[in-house]
Amino acid sequence: MTQAATRTWADLKRDDGKKSAIPEGLWLRCPSCAQMIYRRQMEANLHVCPECGHHYRIGALERVRQLTDPGSFQAMFEGLMPTDPLKFRDLKTYESRVRAEQIRTGRNDAAVAGVGFIKGRQAAICCLDLTFMMGSMGSVVGETLTRTIEHATKENLPLVVVSCSGGARMQESGLSLMQMAKTSAALARYDDAGGLFISVLTDPTTGGVTASFAMLGDVIIAEPKALIGFAGPRVIKQTIRQDLPEGFQRSEFLLEKGLVDRVVPRHELRTELSRLIDYAGK
Amino acid sequence: MFYQLEFEKPLTEIDDRIREMERKLDRGGVAGAPPGVTPEAVALAPDASSVRTELDRLQAERTETLTRIYANLRPWEVVRVARHPNRPQTRDYIGAICRDFCELHGDRRYGDDPAIVTGFGRIGPHKCLVVGHQKGKDTTEKIRCHFGCAHPEGYRKALAKMRLAAKYRVPIVTLVDTPGAYPGLGAEQRGQAEAIAVNLMEMSRLETPIVSIVIGEGGSGGALGLAVADRVAMLRNSWYSVISPEGCAAILWKQANEQTNAQAADALKLTASDNLELGIVDAVIEEPAGAAHRDPKGAASAIERWVVAQLDELVGKSNETLLQERYDRFRKLGAYEELAAEAGEDTPSPSVG
Ligand SMILES: [Zn+2]
Repeated sequence: MTQAATRTWADLKRDDGKKSAIPEGLWLRCPSCAQMIYRRQMEANLHVCPECGHHYRIGALERVRQLTDPGSFQAMFEGLMPTDPLKFRDLKTYESRVRAEQIRTGRNDAAVAGVGFIKGRQAAICCLDLTFMMGSMGSVVGETLTRTIEHATKENLPLVVVSCSGGARMQESGLSLMQMAKTSAALARYDDAGGLFISVLTDPTTGGVTASFAMLGDVIIAEPKALIGFAGPRVIKQTIRQDLPEGFQRSEFLLEKGLVDRVVPRHELRTELSRLIDYAGK
Repeated sequence: MFYQLEFEKPLTEIDDRIREMERKLDRGGVAGAPPGVTPEAVALAPDASSVRTELDRLQAERTETLTRIYANLRPWEVVRVARHPNRPQTRDYIGAICRDFCELHGDRRYGDDPAIVTGFGRIGPHKCLVVGHQKGKDTTEKIRCHFGCAHPEGYRKALAKMRLAAKYRVPIVTLVDTPGAYPGLGAEQRGQAEAIAVNLMEMSRLETPIVSIVIGEGGSGGALGLAVADRVAMLRNSWYSVISPEGCAAILWKQANEQTNAQAADALKLTASDNLELGIVDAVIEEPAGAAHRDPKGAASAIERWVVAQLDELVGKSNETLLQERYDRFRKLGAYEELAAEAGEDTPSPSVG
């Protein structure tokens, strides 16, 4: 009961029983249909299982590649680097965790932002990166996204944010929490200016990310079968002391409960985004 | 019955001696005195006066010990004080501070969540809307309030009433006291995340002054959902963080026990002083000696003084200034470095894709 709902990214890690957010190897067994899949073929298929349509988790750069017209994406705010404001130390120091992640991923932190074209429509884009500390939102993710929103406001661009995150980053504690307020406040101004914010929720989107910008889209799109929620399934299970119903907190469940506008398979995402941008006249 | 915390043990001995002195006084007093002896005469007797002196000394020692203990609490101990069963809650403070309180119920959508109390009231010279988490005092109320863990309808009720207040430019005072928003089936399917998110966005642009005080537990998004304000304060013995120490310990230390909880509480920098230093709160409101649960009235007046002082400053500001300052307040929060090559740059740099 006293455990805050943000303890979700570890839930996900444990539930998956894998260390990495994205599986490795030349061949892999699809977790959905159990078929052996040739990785190249799956990757060429937008990281979707060719047999059953299971959507694999993808990193932010791959997401940008999939969404934007070739060569059109220009990254912004890449100079932002995480620090260790709290001198946070658990079994390891935050500093060492960040460094290990930076070396492993070649990224500074868990967000990629910039401007690009989606089927010829210019947009400000920010994608969270699940491969970096489970896409958790600390100061750098919050700042990157806020600058992207402010840029979209200033330039009158549509805004597309692709979320996948375990929530707020514990190691920056209160400052991570404040990113929720900061990004939401920036979205209020973008809204006042008449902007179009399309929020794309992918597997998984939980905790402080869901409870801030991710659920504030003018239009909210979810990829099929993505886990989307406030509290992690483990915390809910512990609280209510019963098993969760089949499909609980999945995209289709949220659609049925009226919480998202559309569930859109990855192959149709570009078309859907460009069509919505057209409808809003952006 | 008074619930005693582990670190308050040094007080027990002093309390025992105080009780002993009081018993002595009682025995020498009306009850035990021979007929015809007035209480005044007993009190003036040499024995009674030396007992009284000793009692005064012990009382002073007790206050000093209490102050010393509370001045040196570890973060995990602060969390325990913040959760003290006798700690005043929103309804206690409303009773102590607000005149003519007029409670408003329900979100007009789904229900009336008792875990968040909303209503108009007068604080000092100001008409206000008060919004606060309520954990519940007795078992029945605690269960009804889900121990202060609000559901989406609670956050939506809060926003509906805050919008009403903003319509008439009535200032808003929020009291934060929650372990976190409720993690359950109903809460999820009714959009817990959306309810909190919308509060964050809307509070950032409500055209009326907002002040928030963390009075006990400031647990994560559930706390922030009532705390996007022009001024934010914490009571001295409250905590405010992205996750509870137990939640953090369970993940990062792989297990939650007394030792790891204490380590997580240290690491999370969740105390009032820490949050003040990080710029997350603007002020720390001191509690009476030995914390709010020993003197709820004293804690209430400290809150009242701070609220009135803030509102005195805020009510005269134009909406434009108010909202700009509120935006800037949150905009600057965060800690990061920026590589020199790209510092301040907001034009696109070469493609990565
Ligand atoms: Zn498959």
